[in-house]
Amino acid sequence: MGDTIEKVSIIVSKGSLEGVYPALIMANGARAEGIEANLFFTFFGLDAVHKKRHDHIKVATVGNPGLHLATLAGGIPGVSSVMTHYLERKMEKLDIPSIPEFIEMISDTGAGLYGCQASCDLFELTKDDLIDQVKDIITVGEFYEMAAGGQIIFT
Amino acid sequence: MTTATYAGQIVTVNDEGFFENPDEWNEEMAPAIARTVGIDELTEQHWRVIKFMRAEYAEKGTGPTVRVLGKTSGVSVKELYELFPKGPAKVAAKIAGIPKPRGCI
Repeated sequence: MGDTIEKVSIIVSKGSLEGVYPALIMANGARAEGIEANLFFTFFGLDAVHKKRHDHIKVATVGNPGLHLATLAGGIPGVSSVMTHYLERKMEKLDIPSIPEFIEMISDTGAGLYGCQASCDLFELTKDDLIDQVKDIITVGEFYEMAAGGQIIFT
Repeated sequence: MTTATYAGQIVTVNDEGFFENPDEWNEEMAPAIARTVGIDELTEQHWRVIKFMRAEYAEKGTGPTVRVLGKTSGVSVKELYELFPKGPAKVAAKIAGIPKPRGCI
């Protein structure tokens, strides 16, 4: 059994659509395989569990060469929203859940969701600002204690 | 490829223990398969999921993922993980004698 993964701890540091989804898919996929999973939201990744912001996560249309859109065009007001709506519609067709729905589901699978203490201090956020599924706001030391013996993924 | 014996019958399974041929499966085998994945007793709710997996496979040729199960089987995602802690879609597929469901979400 030495070649199986028993536990993953996933750090979500980005607040863009393309920054958040891969982490959620990996966490959900881990639980589906019976792997223990914890998600740790830090810096702009906190937006994914922020009550007022988690339903408004957008695709980065500037500084994102993979989008194949001229930076100048990407910077025009509204372009990020339009691009996000376009992607969201495609995702809906593929039955990929929205970020709030996905996070609720991941919490239901038994994965742990945690906020980063240093980032919450920096952005002046308390547990009340974060969605109910977030179990706690923890320090980096507590994160490492929780992650001990498993794999750590940084996104 | 290897074989396993459930309820006195020899069946062909892959390296992970999933049935190679779902037609070889019958309901008497389910409790024995369940014990190999740490489920000592199959409750009515377990059976509800197992039968749903069989029906989905028969209809679509592939088993549902956890998300699809949670949306369509009538058993919530939370309860699915209580019933099958080691991964509902994967474990229920194994007990139901169908291939491991493919799908990222």
